[in-house]
Amino acid sequence: MRTDLITLRPEGLYCAAGDFHIDPWRPVARAVITHAHADHARTGHGAYMASREGERVLRARLGDIALQTLEYGQRLHIGEATVSLHPAGHVLGSAQVRVEVAGEVWVASGDYKLEADGTCSAFEPVRAHTFISESTFGLPVYRWRPQAELLAELNRWWAANADAGRSSVVFAYAFGKAQRILAGLDTRIGAVICHGAVEAMNRAYRDSGVALPATRAVSEGLDADLLRRALVIAPPSAQGSPWMKRFGDYADCFASGWMQVRGARRRRAVDRGLVMSDHADWPALMRAIGETGAQRVIVTHGQVAPMVRWLNEQGLEAGAFRTEFGDEPDDADNAPQTATGAADAPPA
Amino acid sequence: MKRFATLYDALDASTSTRAKVEAMRAYFAATPAEDAAWAVYVLAGGKLRQAAPSRLLRETGARVAGLPDWLFDECYEAVGDLAETLALILPPPEADDDAPLHHWVDRLSALRAAGAGDKPALLESAWRALDARSRFLFNKLITGGLRVGVSRLLVTRALSAVAGVPAETIAQRLIGYLASDPSRAGMSGARYEALIAPPGDGELGLQPYPFFLAHPLQQAPAEVLGAAEDWLAEWKWDGIRGQLVRRAGEAALWSRGEELVSERFPELIEAALTLPEGCVLDGEVLTWQDGAPLPFARLQTRITRKTVSRRLIADVPVVFMAYDLLEQDGQDLRQQPQWARRQKLEQLLAASAHPRLLSSPLIRGDWPALAGQRAQARDRGVEGLMLKRRDAAYGVGRVKSDARGQWWKWKIDPWTVDAVLLYAQRGHGRRAGLYSDYTFAVWSEAADGTRTLVPFAKAYSGLTDAEMRAVDAFIKANTVERFGPVCSVRPELVFELGFEGLQASPRHKSGIAVRFPRMLRWRQDKPAAEADTLEALKALLSAGTAIRNE
Repeated sequence: MRTDLITLRPEGLYCAAGDFHIDPWRPVARAVITHAHADHARTGHGAYMASREGERVLRARLGDIALQTLEYGQRLHIGEATVSLHPAGHVLGSAQVRVEVAGEVWVASGDYKLEADGTCSAFEPVRAHTFISESTFGLPVYRWRPQAELLAELNRWWAANADAGRSSVVFAYAFGKAQRILAGLDTRIGAVICHGAVEAMNRAYRDSGVALPATRAVSEGLDADLLRRALVIAPPSAQGSPWMKRFGDYADCFASGWMQVRGARRRRAVDRGLVMSDHADWPALMRAIGETGAQRVIVTHGQVAPMVRWLNEQGLEAGAFRTEFGDEPDDADNAPQTATGAADAPPA
Repeated sequence: MKRFATLYDALDASTSTRAKVEAMRAYFAATPAEDAAWAVYVLAGGKLRQAAPSRLLRETGARVAGLPDWLFDECYEAVGDLAETLALILPPPEADDDAPLHHWVDRLSALRAAGAGDKPALLESAWRALDARSRFLFNKLITGGLRVGVSRLLVTRALSAVAGVPAETIAQRLIGYLASDPSRAGMSGARYEALIAPPGDGELGLQPYPFFLAHPLQQAPAEVLGAAEDWLAEWKWDGIRGQLVRRAGEAALWSRGEELVSERFPELIEAALTLPEGCVLDGEVLTWQDGAPLPFARLQTRITRKTVSRRLIADVPVVFMAYDLLEQDGQDLRQQPQWARRQKLEQLLAASAHPRLLSSPLIRGDWPALAGQRAQARDRGVEGLMLKRRDAAYGVGRVKSDARGQWWKWKIDPWTVDAVLLYAQRGHGRRAGLYSDYTFAVWSEAADGTRTLVPFAKAYSGLTDAEMRAVDAFIKANTVERFGPVCSVRPELVFELGFEGLQASPRHKSGIAVRFPRMLRWRQDKPAAEADTLEALKALLSAGTAIRNE
């Protein structure tokens, strides 16, 4: 009988062969972190391990931690386990964790996206016997259009607003989505202004060697003509906050995979929903699972029940782990609605 | 259909009524009459006869998308709208159709006329031809209304702007227009042209006037309405608002939804025919016995039937309780002051003296006296008082905040009960994916002292968006069991529910049925154990149905 390389413990996913946890939600001695979003990277662990690419962003979020970094693909022996990290394409530094013990291979994906977005290493399929997959958008209604089309549409919207003399505000998660949008903007249209929470992450991206266009901050005392043609990137928590008042009668847009559904768009009460996600859509989830060659799939946060049932019907052996992932603010409904002093708040 | 899809997106994206009216005006100005005719109809809330049953849409959609039925249902639950679910899961289109809207309405008629065996292929070929946005609208037209946040009033304003015809004229014509058969003849280009044509003479037919609506009065009247002498007070009846139109040898009864309901109340049509030519009464259809109204539930047995038997007419006797006169001798009286219309109404009904045509009595007195009358409303089987300014003209719809010319409904405070949230279901539209529809329970004590929660009411409204998100999060974290779209919830949250009345009902497990239940507030201060009891509710029941004898 084979033993499970990764099991669910009260602290989080646990690899007994190497005596470490993956993205634990309670303090542990040794944590391998897939990426720096708040629901996966928490403070309070003894020692951290993460990808070299993600070092700056992880430190920007967690501050002074005992961190060992690994290049993507670099193998490390921890106890009886051989561990390596592989790009997950989700945000800068995001990794799938590959664990091998005596020829048995498990891969824990964290969060992932298949389409390359230019601001982080692109997803790489990794062969595995067992694949632990997220399922944030694990229903067939979630299908994304190519990023190039979305960004072209966003730039057209911005240009139309600029011509009408209104600033354009894009609400996007401060880490990952914001930089992805920033990198795709046509800066000939006007200036780009970033909220403090976004700018803090921009800095970490630039320090990591990711090229981003020049951005401005409201603290510079920007003049009205510039504001009228500007595009503003702010975290969802800034919606409805006093920080927004300076932009007057602006047009707004919310960038999230949840905007695929009209009801969610209407609840958000923005002019536009930009259906752009850092997670795999339904076809991509199926492709990713297929490319691992895994016979066994364990589904974590998101649309767990339908994914498990579907995968079983496809002849795989599918089960679930009940994790505490998935409460990151990419979820339009979970994002805080009001945040006083959001302007100066550090990234959550 | 693409032009209409673009309009739909503009309406859907905006919350500004001015922007919506402008988007519609621009659309109507640029759209051929054959298309505009249908656009008016569906934007103003008209529905096409269902061309294919929902079950067939689901089955065909799931098959074309290659999904098992259960997964389709999961998708539907997450999206909360069948038309949208279909649009999201179907494979990309194979053509790029841009046939005009009326062409697609014709295809819907063909779909409706087709036999059950031919419908799937027709659906599939339509879906394959349309892009995602048009496909969504096509599905919407099959499944029901558009619900895009446009009221009939906004459509009226847009048409008025595009045609340069007064909004009142458009509003009046629109009633007849929307009541017509949604067929090629009913919604022709010629009828659209007539809808927006310059006003002509004698074009009224049996059409009612747009209804004037009242605002709820939240404060004491003395604080906001000034002197009581400036106001006329009447009972607020709990019936069906209607207009009784008597013109050109005929009579018609229209309900407030501007729906023709003549066939359901033949005895009122008979009564109206005794009135002189050219008059229109505004009032309330009530079930009436021995000088007092019967509960609304009795009236419901009449509404649900399109044709009524003699027996039903005898069992559920109705009257028309008139409180306004909008037209007399063919003259529009709406600009005359309330008191003058009132006087003419009383004279008219005194002269006709028909037992089914009553005049709603004026309630006299200063504010304290009126408050005293209002306090007795429940015993009289009415909902409170109506306050109408003596010199008010009869307006259109619910006139904004300007106190002059307004009608106010001064309803009795609702009954309230603290109840426990027991079941939840996901909502639709704006609440898609959110648990927003709740079933509430109160405690019932058995003889041996054990207490159980008995469900007694469903409520959907009354919470703010933020509260609903918080309740939704609680439900997701505290689900006990799921039964399809419904889940049972750990009984911990307590809400104060308000309702307008209650009745004994053997069909309900609790033995009672409440009217208009809604959430008044979330009692975060109250543990579930302290929620109200069924016994307390039943005590209200005996108090509320005390025999009324005037």
